[in-house]
Amino acid sequence: MKVYVPRDAAARALGADAVARAIEAMAAAQGHEITLIRNGSRGMIWLEPLVEIEIDGVRHGFGPMTAADVTGLFDERHPKALGPVEDIPFLANQTRLTFQRVGVIDPLDLPDYEAHGGLAGLRRALGMTGAEIVAEVTESGLRGRGGAGFPTGIKWNTVLGAEAAQKYIVCNADEGDSGTFADRMIMEGDPFCLIEGMAIAGIGVGATRGYVYLRSEYPDAIAVMNKAVRIARETGLLGASLLGSDKAFDMEIRVGAGAYVCGEETSLLNSLEGKRGVVRAKPPLPALEGFLGRPTVVNNVISLATVPVIFEKGAAHYRDFGLGRSRGTIPLQIAGNVKFGGLYETAFGTTLGEIINGIGGGTASGQPVKAVQVGGPLGAYFGPEQFDTPFGYEEFDGAGGLIGHAGITVFDETADMSRLARFAMEFCAVESCGKCTPCRIGAVRGVETIDRIVAGDATAVPLLEDLCETMKDGSLCALGGFTPYPVLSALRLAPEDFTLAREAAE
Amino acid sequence: MRALDPEAGLADRISEICADHAHLEGPLLPILHAVQDELGSLSEAVIAPIAEALNISRAEVHGVISFYHDFRTEPAGRHILKICRAEACQAMGATALAETAKARLGVDWHGTTGNGAVTLEPVYCLGLCACGPAAMVDDRVVGRVDAGRLEDLLVEAGA
Repeated sequence: MKVYVPRDAAARALGADAVARAIEAMAAAQGHEITLIRNGSRGMIWLEPLVEIEIDGVRHGFGPMTAADVTGLFDERHPKALGPVEDIPFLANQTRLTFQRVGVIDPLDLPDYEAHGGLAGLRRALGMTGAEIVAEVTESGLRGRGGAGFPTGIKWNTVLGAEAAQKYIVCNADEGDSGTFADRMIMEGDPFCLIEGMAIAGIGVGATRGYVYLRSEYPDAIAVMNKAVRIARETGLLGASLLGSDKAFDMEIRVGAGAYVCGEETSLLNSLEGKRGVVRAKPPLPALEGFLGRPTVVNNVISLATVPVIFEKGAAHYRDFGLGRSRGTIPLQIAGNVKFGGLYETAFGTTLGEIINGIGGGTASGQPVKAVQVGGPLGAYFGPEQFDTPFGYEEFDGAGGLIGHAGITVFDETADMSRLARFAMEFCAVESCGKCTPCRIGAVRGVETIDRIVAGDATAVPLLEDLCETMKDGSLCALGGFTPYPVLSALRLAPEDFTLAREAAE
Repeated sequence: MRALDPEAGLADRISEICADHAHLEGPLLPILHAVQDELGSLSEAVIAPIAEALNISRAEVHGVISFYHDFRTEPAGRHILKICRAEACQAMGATALAETAKARLGVDWHGTTGNGAVTLEPVYCLGLCACGPAAMVDDRVVGRVDAGRLEDLLVEAGA
């Protein structure tokens, strides 16, 4: 009998290891022959730890489990039984392309990976020229999933056209945005998918070396990725001869050191080179002068992990999902104060309200939603009156926000928007790399100005707006440039939160 | 962490670590992680041997150490408790949780308890945003931390 207990950090944070130990102990005591598989997470975090038992080829779910619930797990009826996992509406209604194997397979079992469609994309790419590979990615409509939304194929084409003795593929796995965990989930749940995507990128643009810059806050992902790279080398998925071909590609996992700004690509490259993670001015583009001054593709984890399925199923298959210029699927990460939080991969185009109330089931506390921050700490707060906004790059831009890495953080009525605005400025001050003045000094002045407003100085409101203008226009990167999004949207959404303290004082 | 002969031993050991990483492109961060993992912190004394091994200035090494939150120049307590301060955890009460932790430990952020058991650090996102508030004790992640679970963690850590 096959029993699955996730090894995903979220499942472990909710007690999956204790559940796994209890299952093994019970199986031994009752004389059951079981194969315990530590899979990735299905993404239904409110059901974690979600245990699955395969019965007649169908996987039945039980959750959320505790070690105490394990008693009676192998009997007929169990109070935590959920039925066949793939029939749970949250999972059944998704379009899982990038995440097709996450939660399904044993993340470090390469034959299992291959049995579920893995390596088909790389095998196809190995029969194509670099230009054909780049054209396929362009054709798919894939855009940077890290947040900027730049067309991946165009970036690859620049690197393909650059002449250099050495080019690089750098994967940005510095997923620091609050409300996002898709990168972590795929690295922990399907690491070979990222490796395959990087290998395809490498043969596409003519790069033989790759790096994953992985944040230190993700020890589980670091461990899984390191093991996966080792297995990939041993089996010829990486190395001098990719799957026995004449193409070479190898990669390394590099661990960050706790700087949020290193999620910005030029700052990441400096950090990878062993320098302070200070932002570089662009141009030159990293595609031409990136890591060690050489042509470099810098892509987010999800962008690269989506490449294998594009090659497995074809660019048209991927492109046919989506809305407007946002093609394909997006792994939504529904987080914060929400009833059914987790990862939900679907085609672009779902409205924000449907995501929060339909899929997410509203707040966990049961109170009305006050605000939703979309796109991490640099994303705008949206109020319920904006819930008809469809999820897409241009659509969110048009509504005064951004989709970023597709993290959606829900707040109930108890949220104080002035505190959240102040936090955004404080965070920017803590994490600023210090290179440009609007960010380095503006963020500190921003905290002070919000304190003045809340203390009762209404004349400081236009000052804050003016400061935000300066930060937006004058900052070198998105940290200083986008911090005004949460600040100004919070002010617009709940001006009363900024005056309540003031009125109370009067 | 192993005991070292303060003067010569330290420089030799750091040179060894540097040599182990010499083949890497951009070796400084991996070296600093390795040294800190072994010694617990990056004191003034580690700067010169690293600078020499990489043929860069001591100022550059100092600049890199001081840039990153993970690198510490003073040893931490026996356990490091990180509490997420970011928005998704705030939505689930992380701010109050952090205040409880500070009061219980009698320290502010970055502080270490008097008995040397626990250092309290802020962290901005552990990727556990759908099961907040989140915390991490050393390398172990914990979700949905309430006052009760926090107390269990602190007792376990000897605070």
